[in-house]
Amino acid sequence: MKALTVSKAVTALMLAGLVLLPLYSQLSGNIFILTLFTRIVILALAAASLNLIMGFGGMMSFGHAAYLGIGGYAVGMLAQEGVGSGFIQFPVALAASALYGLVIGALSLRTRGVYFIMITLAFAQMAYYVASGLARYGGDDGLTVYKRSDFSGLINLSNRTQFYYLCLGCLFAVIFLIWRIVNSRFGLVVQGLRSNEQRMQAIGFPAKRYQLVCFVISGMMCGLAGALLANNTDFISPAVMYWTRSGDLMVMVILGGMGTLFGPVIGAVVYLLLEEFLSQLTEYWALIMGPLLLLIVLFGRGGIMGLLGRLNRG
Amino acid sequence: MLLVVEQFLNGLQFGLLLFLLAAGLTLVFGIMDLVNLAHGSLYMMGAYFAATFAAWTGSFLLGALLALGATLVLGIVLEMAALRHLYGRDHLDHVLATFGLILFFNEAVRLIWGPAGLALPLPAWLTVPVPILPGIHYPAYRLAIIVVALLVALLLYLGVMRTRIGMLIRAGASNREMIGALGINIKLLYTLVFGLGAALAGLAGLMQAPILTVQIGMGENILILAFVIVVIGGIGSIRGAFLAAISVGMIDTLGRAFLPNLLRQVLSGAAASTAAPALSSMLIYLVMAIVLVVRPEGLFPANRR
Amino acid sequence: MAEPLLRVEKLVRRFGGIVATDNVSLDVSAGELHAIIGPNGAGKTTLISQLTGHLEPHSGSVSLGGRDITYLPAYRRCALGLARSFQITSLLLDFTAADNVALAAQAHAGTSFRFFANARKEKGLRDAAHAALDRVGLAHRADVLVSRLSHGERRQIELAVALASKPKLLLLDEPMAGLGVTESQGMVKLLQELRKEVSIVLVEHDMPAVFALADRISVLVYGRVIASGDPAAIRANEDVKRAYLGDQHVVTHHV
Repeated sequence: MKALTVSKAVTALMLAGLVLLPLYSQLSGNIFILTLFTRIVILALAAASLNLIMGFGGMMSFGHAAYLGIGGYAVGMLAQEGVGSGFIQFPVALAASALYGLVIGALSLRTRGVYFIMITLAFAQMAYYVASGLARYGGDDGLTVYKRSDFSGLINLSNRTQFYYLCLGCLFAVIFLIWRIVNSRFGLVVQGLRSNEQRMQAIGFPAKRYQLVCFVISGMMCGLAGALLANNTDFISPAVMYWTRSGDLMVMVILGGMGTLFGPVIGAVVYLLLEEFLSQLTEYWALIMGPLLLLIVLFGRGGIMGLLGRLNRG
Repeated sequence: MLLVVEQFLNGLQFGLLLFLLAAGLTLVFGIMDLVNLAHGSLYMMGAYFAATFAAWTGSFLLGALLALGATLVLGIVLEMAALRHLYGRDHLDHVLATFGLILFFNEAVRLIWGPAGLALPLPAWLTVPVPILPGIHYPAYRLAIIVVALLVALLLYLGVMRTRIGMLIRAGASNREMIGALGINIKLLYTLVFGLGAALAGLAGLMQAPILTVQIGMGENILILAFVIVVIGGIGSIRGAFLAAISVGMIDTLGRAFLPNLLRQVLSGAAASTAAPALSSMLIYLVMAIVLVVRPEGLFPANRR
Repeated sequence: MAEPLLRVEKLVRRFGGIVATDNVSLDVSAGELHAIIGPNGAGKTTLISQLTGHLEPHSGSVSLGGRDITYLPAYRRCALGLARSFQITSLLLDFTAADNVALAAQAHAGTSFRFFANARKEKGLRDAAHAALDRVGLAHRADVLVSRLSHGERRQIELAVALASKPKLLLLDEPMAGLGVTESQGMVKLLQELRKEVSIVLVEHDMPAVFALADRISVLVYGRVIASGDPAAIRANEDVKRAYLGDQHVVTHHV
């Protein structure tokens, strides 16, 4: 079997693991692992959405966590106002994310490179402050979501297993979508723009339009993750938008392998498990995590996917 | 009137502090092409060093001087141990690596100084109000910050524009090969520039320390303001950083002070008090957005033809 | 004569105190191969950039097929039938040769806001790409990443990309730059074929190639057109000899 590469095997193994996890949790009676992995799956979804603009589109957004907050607040605020239906909450979360992405993207895409990194960061921080100023919705302290999104009996989000599979389903759906997008006409244009914008302009593509649409799509995907996250924690606060969270998402993407379909998922699993493991080891886990990141940057080209690829060739 | 003058000076003082931070950021970026997120950590370290050394020596001034030296050394060590290896790499690599450094510094501070914040008390002679205009007094310490920061800004300007080292710095910004060909030790130059940036950040941190609490993460919010300044001012431009920093300091301070009242005149009381905090914290980002629309390359880009 | 395909009128572009394009006017009629020559620093690249839309002139106008395009962005000009090659090869290095060319075809075949269907399986686009690659003699390298192609091959891809957009006018910015003798000869041969199908503006340093190919030649010196005419007239022109051919190291500088 020549076609079965190491990275494919690892990916398949991981996906199978994710699908079978509730079974293991049930059998072993380990509820904690299901809770942990629900969070991992949701953040993997966010990382995958970031990978669409970062890995495929070459747009280095350092403000992606803003969408986690926007999606989350859409659910939380609507629930607070008595609108409990997921059929309203989730579309609103997506629409709000799209709107934010449209405005911020239109502004940020006027710039390039480091400016883009700084500006997306600054706007996300603005969103953070705005959320902190929402006195009616808890301000700094955040907002408790007393009732999870109601999908009128279709699926029960309060059931741990059902909720996990909803998140996993969303993750798979988003990755499938990204796969289609990346190979579509639109996707080729966006990747072409990453590779050589001048050339793409010269053969007749207006760069901004495509990049902006890609930025918005990615934002909506991440907004979905935000809506799920608020349901998962039954709580939403400005902290989910804090810029270190955006940094975490970037790390997951790079760690797993930027511009690969499943890299961000692997990155999210490894990063969050590592965080979990280190924090059980020592209270000062970031003391290890920080320098580890530095080492990954210095020596780990292409992330885990790149490493697996090299294994295969070597 | 009193309030206006006071807030105006507060804005100036905050702007000048921001300038010290942004100047280091923009120098390091302009010359080494390095995006350093951990710049805010150096600001934090400056404050912690100052609080510690001041407590040791019992003297605020001595503590501040020692702290300044310590951040300089820390910056140099940091450059030689880690950041040097990032030159010429992708900006994304810089972002990630220095993000890792922030995690490290925050945790190291928590380990050494504990999770609670520190206070840096001022000596009595710096707490007296000084008359600046007939009938208007202003805290001596804030006035001192303004004077020191202005002095540093002037020195920096003269240093970069008039001295041989400054010429090298400007040459290094525009032509790495040329400066290498001149037989100048570019490695050393870079290390020194980074040390200078670190010292500037440290200075800003230690001067801010008595006004706010010294705490973990204090450098992060202000770092983002420094980014906004660099974006508005144009990357690599000291002059741009100066003007943008003063503007941002003013807008932020005056906005927070007067926006609620202004809003109350247009909106109902309840609506105004809900909108005011959100709006005043958004203000500088709105300014940045406007600048981006009008001049995407910043107001004073360094290498304009 | 009918309206020329490309008309440049009184174009002026300054950089600080230097006038890089000084009142340049020239016409290119349909079917013509018009060469622009001039010593280094004569302002050829500045002129080309204004034709392609990468640089805006300070005054004057450029029109294509009777339509004013002076201030249109590059991608709009391309849609109107103006294709270019770059002096320094500018391709999507991490894409295959076929992808590079197919994208150019895609830009001119309906909307690219299609998110779901696999574009690499669109027969129309692939066929167009292969036809263009075949045209420049690189069909056998279609599935190779551009980053793995030789310099000469990349120059040919540049041409194929330009062709794939089915242009009315081809702007070639030094297509022979950096090519060896044999490769240059191949390129001349190729251009000789192409000129039958499409109008060409050729900026080139390779004088034998220029004189072999051009219908008309415009000579640019210090931003001004000092002479314009058929190769024989240019060869005989005293101003040209003095300003360009005369005091420069004479011409045929093959590597």
